[in-house]
Amino acid sequence: MTTTDAAEFLDALTRRLGPDRVLTGAAPMAAYESDALTAFRARPRAVVLVDSAKEVVDVVRLCAAANVPFLARGSGTSLSGGSLPVHDGVVIAMNRLNRILEVDPVRRTAVVEPGVVNLAVSDAAAPYGLYYSPDPSSQSVCTIGGNLAFNSGGAHCLKYGMTSNHVLGLEVVLPDGEVIELGGDSLEGVGPDLVGLFVGSEGLFGIATKITLRLLPKPETYFTLLAAYDSLAAAGEAVAAVVASGLLPGAMEIMDNLAIEAAEAAVGAGYPLDAEGLLIVELEGEKQQVAAESELLLEVVRRSKPYLEHIASDPDDRMRIWKGRKSAFSAVGRLSPDYIVQDGVVPRSRLGEALTKIQHLGEEHGIRVANVFHAGDGNLHPLILFDGRVEGELERAEELAGEILRLCIDLGGSITGEHGVGMEKRQYLGEMFGDADLDAMRRIRLAIDPGELANRGKMFPDAEAPALLSHGPHPLEVAGVISRE
Amino acid sequence: MTGVVHRPASAAEVAEAVRGAQLVVPRGGGTKPSLWSVDGADLLDLSALDGITEYLPSEYTVTALAGTPLADVEARLAAEGQYLPFDPLLVEAGSTVGGAVAAGANGPGRLRYGGLRDFLLAVTFVDGRGEIVRGGAKVVKNAAGFDLPKLMVGSLGRLGVLTECTFKVFPHPESCATLRIPGMALDEAIEAAGRVGAGAVEIECLDLVHGLAGWDQEIRIGGRSFALDARLKRAADLLDTDVTTLSGDADASLWRTRREFGWASPDASVLKLPLTPATAGALEQVLADLDASQVARVFSAGIQQAFVAWPAERVADLTVLDRALTQSKLTALALRAPADAASQPILGYRTGGELLRRVEQALDPAGRFGRL
Ligand SMILES: Cc1cc2nc3c(=O)[nH]c(=O)nc-3n(C[C@H](O)[C@H](O)[C@H](O)COP(=O)(O)OP(=O)(O)OC[C@H]3O[C@@H](n4cnc5c(N)ncnc54)[C@H](O)[C@@H]3O)c2cc1C
Ligand SMILES: Cc1cc2nc3c(=O)[nH]c(=O)nc-3n(C[C@H](O)[C@H](O)[C@H](O)COP(=O)(O)OP(=O)(O)OC[C@H]3O[C@@H](n4cnc5c(N)ncnc54)[C@H](O)[C@@H]3O)c2cc1C
Repeated sequence: MTTTDAAEFLDALTRRLGPDRVLTGAAPMAAYESDALTAFRARPRAVVLVDSAKEVVDVVRLCAAANVPFLARGSGTSLSGGSLPVHDGVVIAMNRLNRILEVDPVRRTAVVEPGVVNLAVSDAAAPYGLYYSPDPSSQSVCTIGGNLAFNSGGAHCLKYGMTSNHVLGLEVVLPDGEVIELGGDSLEGVGPDLVGLFVGSEGLFGIATKITLRLLPKPETYFTLLAAYDSLAAAGEAVAAVVASGLLPGAMEIMDNLAIEAAEAAVGAGYPLDAEGLLIVELEGEKQQVAAESELLLEVVRRSKPYLEHIASDPDDRMRIWKGRKSAFSAVGRLSPDYIVQDGVVPRSRLGEALTKIQHLGEEHGIRVANVFHAGDGNLHPLILFDGRVEGELERAEELAGEILRLCIDLGGSITGEHGVGMEKRQYLGEMFGDADLDAMRRIRLAIDPGELANRGKMFPDAEAPALLSHGPHPLEVAGVISRE
Repeated sequence: MTGVVHRPASAAEVAEAVRGAQLVVPRGGGTKPSLWSVDGADLLDLSALDGITEYLPSEYTVTALAGTPLADVEARLAAEGQYLPFDPLLVEAGSTVGGAVAAGANGPGRLRYGGLRDFLLAVTFVDGRGEIVRGGAKVVKNAAGFDLPKLMVGSLGRLGVLTECTFKVFPHPESCATLRIPGMALDEAIEAAGRVGAGAVEIECLDLVHGLAGWDQEIRIGGRSFALDARLKRAADLLDTDVTTLSGDADASLWRTRREFGWASPDASVLKLPLTPATAGALEQVLADLDASQVARVFSAGIQQAFVAWPAERVADLTVLDRALTQSKLTALALRAPADAASQPILGYRTGGELLRRVEQALDPAGRFGRL
């Protein structure tokens, strides 16, 4: 693009949105230069603050006409560099598109704009006894648009699934500015599941401007059990036993000693400090059913010989247990100036093996690793602790993170369960999938977006990577808006 | 008129057949003829791609070749107390793994935990260029790469020939029973369904069956045997009317007949329509306008889908129905229909056409599978 073209392009954006909503220059754009994977930073050409779906369409069309790459940005909490700006591209900030357009208690659906914060959907549904089920730990800040792009999950996705299982219909702006409708408001569809294809596409297929979500009736009651073990392996075996018993808990989480210690210091959840492995299992549903299931659960868990068990006595006690778990990421962060939150999946019968190997890998690299994970679905979140001020530590941490991903692939799992490939894991996608698989994905991408304008450079291994630039907390973290839970 | 019939025994043989064909259509067991009968096309008979390749009860995953009869899969799962929660259709009729995925249709039990789309974890398929492609992963959680398994759900053999699929499975409820209230008015039945579905009782299935005396409401509840009676009572209290309870064989055979379409005349075309409690009235209006208020039909899975048995003697009117559905923004899939009944297996209102066109271009540039 020539200088004149570039100036003309910015003029066109400004004519459309007004000068206040087109940010350029280092200072106003600083907060948008990275996401929650702070090791990457990139300077966009402009950040635009859109107010309506129509404005999204117009901005995308201007970008398409000028051949300028763009990406949508929700709250920038991506942990994989997914919302890292495309160098010299346009960042379309979606946060003002935050209206809940409709909550329909009969259909049990909510129609929302993409900038709506995850938790706001459940808040709006609460008066009808309904809630929005996927619960990422970042749910008080992250947006539905970002959730959709990554198919985000949370602790309570074992029974009713991740984001993808709760999106029924979409209005989408394709990368050339064409607007289409996908799906509808029924749980059922006809023809290829295009909503399913769009969810999890990491912003590479365009921008969602309106989203129909499924709501669920709030569980009538919970039964929350905490069990402490003197080895991580024993906690893992307890998970296998619960699965084998035919029970289907709403959540099954494990924390290791380092994570327990940190969480305890941070929020005082009442966790036993000497536990090597702490299991949280939660049943949810209607009273009689949960009562019947809880007896079986206790029997099964007792057979796994925890040295201590605790049943949440009331809703406050339950909240305290979950607060410890949900604060674990940020709490572990206190132990170290920097850390990488890793995200990988292994078959759950191989959890024990995976954890042992991760421990060995950490020792080999001289780097501490804390573990907090969604044990029920084999989704590991090793927290790799390092000090970015020490020469070479970031690189060693990155190397360890990579080896953990390879381990997940070797065990027959996945390089990401919920945080996406983004910028961070592009080189591993080609290790998980074969050439023909990647080629098919690439062909789909190019057929939808021949100019690769939407979120250029993400997900696919061949794209050029920016150098690792810096480290330290996310700007929103500094501002106290988010914390790494 | 069909062309050559191939019977490949491996993904590589499927790829070879696809590369050598101009127009080719896969067939599983053939339970849904309207979906695979394409004039002049070569036929890929997938019955030799038969077998469960991996079943790990403790992982909640099962992998099978695409031509494997679902009945075999269900039997293997049942031996471990597990099941396919999306509740596949036409299992006894011979429906296969690949056919079920390609048709993307679910039974009444999809109400509890979700449909096929929610339980398909990984696929291997041969695309229109004859390439063998894998998507997804054989673990219960995965967010790497585009979600190709979901794209294949409902693809009707037009985007690729499935050769292997991995499903997530769940433990089967220990026991089930069904409450039935006969002869309700539709409004009343929908209102009652909303009350029972509001969460106080978790429901496996909720169907409204059209009959001579109105709508029969059937509500299936499953779970730990120990708690079942109390839960049935609670649901009955919510319904606040006379109910009959079916348990044991009566309960099992009711739902088996439902998903095998035993309630529809054997020569009727069976259509599936996505629905919501709010659009059920629109479908009723379409049927009334076409003088078809008496056709056998079920509003299934908590009124999220309708199955309509369109009578054989009115098969010529399917084109009229197509137009009426489009006007009312309703969509239908002809699951079982005479091969020549409709020019397209999909009737009525469609969304996503532009995206689909681009995906077809990517996976099948030469149009070997035909276009939807
Ligand atoms: C403390 C902390 C805890 C976390 N816990 C979890 C967790 O438990 N589970 C989990 O899954 N993740 C978790 N995450 C990761 C992150 O919160 C999720 O990935 C979240 O979905 C991102 O939402 P966002 O609004 O911040 O999106 P952003 O980071 O702004 O964007 C993410 C991606 O979405 C795309 N995008 C945004 N809006 C749209 C749109 N309208 N249409 C198309 N694409 C769009 C962007 O282009 C980008 O590629 C956590 C992150 C943090 C910092
Ligand atoms: C009314 C009726 C009539 C019957 N008629 C016959 C008959 O004529 N011949 C016979 O053998 N059996 C017949 N049967 C028995 C029974 O249908 C079969 O054994 C059963 O075919 C299995 O088919 P299917 O459900 O797997 O899917 P199919 O009906 O074979 O296919 C459904 C759709 O999926 C696609 N598809 C199937 N497999 C794949 C795949 N692997 N990859 C991609 N797409 C795929 C097809 O192209 C089609 O679009 C009949 C049953 C009934 C109820």
